[in-house]
Amino acid sequence: MTEPFEPKITAFVCNWCTYAGADLTGTSRIKYQSNVRVLRLPCTGRIDFMLLAKAFARGSDGVIVSGCHPNDCHYTSGNYHARRRWMIYRDLMDFMGIDTRRVTFSWVSAAEGARWAELVNEVTTSVRELGPYTEYKELALTGVE
Amino acid sequence: MSRIGVFTCHCGENIGATVDCAKVAERTRNVPGVVHSVDYKYMCSDPGQSMIKEAIKEHGLTGVVVAACSPRMHEPTFRNAVEEAGLNPYLCEMANLREHCSWVHEKNDATTDKAADLIRVMVEKVKHNTPLHPIRVPVTKRALVLGGGIAGIQAALDIANAGHKVVLVEKSPSIGGHMSQLSETFPTLDCSQCILTPRMVEAARHPNITLMTYAELEKLEGFIGNFKATIRRKARQVDEKLCTGCGLCITKCPNKKIPDEFNEGLGKRSAIYVPFPQAVPNKPVIDKTNCTFYKSGKCKVCEKMCPTGAIRFDQQDELVTLDVGAIVLATGFKVMRTDKFPEYGYGKYADVIDGLQFERLASASGPTLGVMKRPSDGKEPETVVFVACSGSRDRAKGVPYCSKICCMYTAKHAMLYKHKMHHGKAYVFYMDIRSGGKDYDEFVRRAIEEDDVKYIRGRVSRIYEEDGQLIVKGADTLMGGEPVEIKADMVVLATAVQAQDGSEELAQKLHVSYDPYHFFAESHPKLKPVETNTAGIYLAGACQAPRDIPETVAQASGAAAKVAALFSRDELTREPVVAVVNRLPAPTFSYCVGCFLCQSACPYQAIEAEEIRGRDGTLIKTLAKVNAGLCQGCGTCVSTCRTKAIDIQGFSNEQIFAELMTL
Repeated sequence: MTEPFEPKITAFVCNWCTYAGADLTGTSRIKYQSNVRVLRLPCTGRIDFMLLAKAFARGSDGVIVSGCHPNDCHYTSGNYHARRRWMIYRDLMDFMGIDTRRVTFSWVSAAEGARWAELVNEVTTSVRELGPYTEYKELALTGVE
Repeated sequence: MSRIGVFTCHCGENIGATVDCAKVAERTRNVPGVVHSVDYKYMCSDPGQSMIKEAIKEHGLTGVVVAACSPRMHEPTFRNAVEEAGLNPYLCEMANLREHCSWVHEKNDATTDKAADLIRVMVEKVKHNTPLHPIRVPVTKRALVLGGGIAGIQAALDIANAGHKVVLVEKSPSIGGHMSQLSETFPTLDCSQCILTPRMVEAARHPNITLMTYAELEKLEGFIGNFKATIRRKARQVDEKLCTGCGLCITKCPNKKIPDEFNEGLGKRSAIYVPFPQAVPNKPVIDKTNCTFYKSGKCKVCEKMCPTGAIRFDQQDELVTLDVGAIVLATGFKVMRTDKFPEYGYGKYADVIDGLQFERLASASGPTLGVMKRPSDGKEPETVVFVACSGSRDRAKGVPYCSKICCMYTAKHAMLYKHKMHHGKAYVFYMDIRSGGKDYDEFVRRAIEEDDVKYIRGRVSRIYEEDGQLIVKGADTLMGGEPVEIKADMVVLATAVQAQDGSEELAQKLHVSYDPYHFFAESHPKLKPVETNTAGIYLAGACQAPRDIPETVAQASGAAAKVAALFSRDELTREPVVAVVNRLPAPTFSYCVGCFLCQSACPYQAIEAEEIRGRDGTLIKTLAKVNAGLCQGCGTCVSTCRTKAIDIQGFSNEQIFAELMTL
């Protein structure tokens, strides 16, 4: 291993708060690490477990889920659904053997451009320390996936 | 087979300086399904859009990816262009190379790699896009204006004059707002009530305007063009239809010792009252917390006195439901009170007052009838100190912003004082004088040069009482920070302008965004200053940020123009991003098993039950069905569905999994 490990981070964000917040990061020209790939969804309430599982199966080393702050959801309550589901997903992931530290659940509002940069940098750094996520890839090689 | 065209934009230098666009376009050419990939300096320009249109025709494209700025910026532009070339607009997607890549990363290979990845993701998505058609919904041509201050009155009048119905809701017993409390207005020094009251009367008389005073928004449902608002009309205990406004009840009410809100606590009112003589409507309200009857069960003097029998002790709050198409938020502001200033005596000195209290002291209709008398003992104040920036631009007070109007009204206050008491001394402590605006700086100059108001640049560190006078300790920073001590008879704090109480709760009821100080957030700080992020809800006045009367009126007219434009059509189109339940041929009909978990998850009650019946009428299956008019497209139902029978157009499982497969 001569090259340092660069993690792949997948971010599931809602259209109204975090996507707009990440746009603001750009408009404010705040720099952050380029490991993240953002997938835009209408709301964090749209996210189901299969999306997270698939992200890991396709080689993501870390996942960010971010939406509107509690009470500020554009759709009234989608972020509450997401929060409640996350409690369950976390247990399920743990059971499946995925390190729960690889998923970060956060709120970033449309006004928090700086917070988005901070979040991406934090997650990238911590996942880099955790190292590559290889379990699923190994399973795929043995044909169990 | 998919034939995707990819158009990579340099955005001048914005993307091109950081991302190697030519390399990205070249690499994208090798992605399966991509038949055309080019880069260009400005894709959103006319020639850029023409490139897309020509390519669609020339290569027979089935999908388009524009790799440029945020879809929140230019998605409508490119979807229009695609539509003009004869392709369904929803077969066009944007990859965000600017806000999410070039602007936030350094120029290197990793950034170019990311740009190529972002395009790849959208190429896979667009392969799974399906043609969609906008949903048409009717528009209810009636507006709801929340707040009856000058902002709300102006917005209501403009909408009404455009020929549309307006309901103007005000929480206090009369419309007029803060402007009705002001004595004179800057920079003309014309009497505030003289210019406001005709507008109030006009609003009340206008055939298109329905006034609802002493009422508040309880609940809001629906969406642009089709809101359903529930208004709580608080019980006045007076029948508005019978009451003639003669005022006999007010003169006979035995309890006349209640601090008067309209006079900012400087005067007294009775338990049954109208806030001020020019109130619209001029119908009294019983203040139940102070009314002798509600406290002791005895009195009813007003009922006995009323010549028309309009008093109703048993009246209850009433909930009214209204269908409205648009909403203008004009709920105004409040000022910080003097009790928030420990250094200025925690509000315990009666002669340390805020700006609104001074307005009442200076007003001819105020508690002193416009004669300068200080609140504690009624003595004429020989020396008055005005403290600008009290709380504003002060992080320790939680108000880092400039309250904008204080520099001007402090100059006005000092002038009004000097005009009433020529021999008196007026001092103003200030940090900076911010007097931008037509004739504004000239006005401040006049205060200094013609009316001999002493301006001292510096902050006041402490105010305390000594021998019936207030000792004001400060510094003059233009004299090298020399300490200044003034013995004053009265001190006026130009306290910070803050968001109205309850703004956060109201914003959450309406699903509009708000800033950390609870002012409502505009959709775009420059180009959409009167819109909110929620379609159909507009902003006017100081509920958005501190502002003065001319700006408020201009913004209110702007909001009214937006409403009038919305109401100029009978129908409006909505994005077809809605959920659908899949349908299959008999005997399966759908993957849906009718568990209705989606129904409990849906925040809009958009899920209905659909019964599938056989020819003989027997029930075969009950399925969920989405009412596309109510569905807002959040997708919470999709992640709840166990059988994946429900999906959301534009963000379908197929599309998102296709995006994930590129990782």
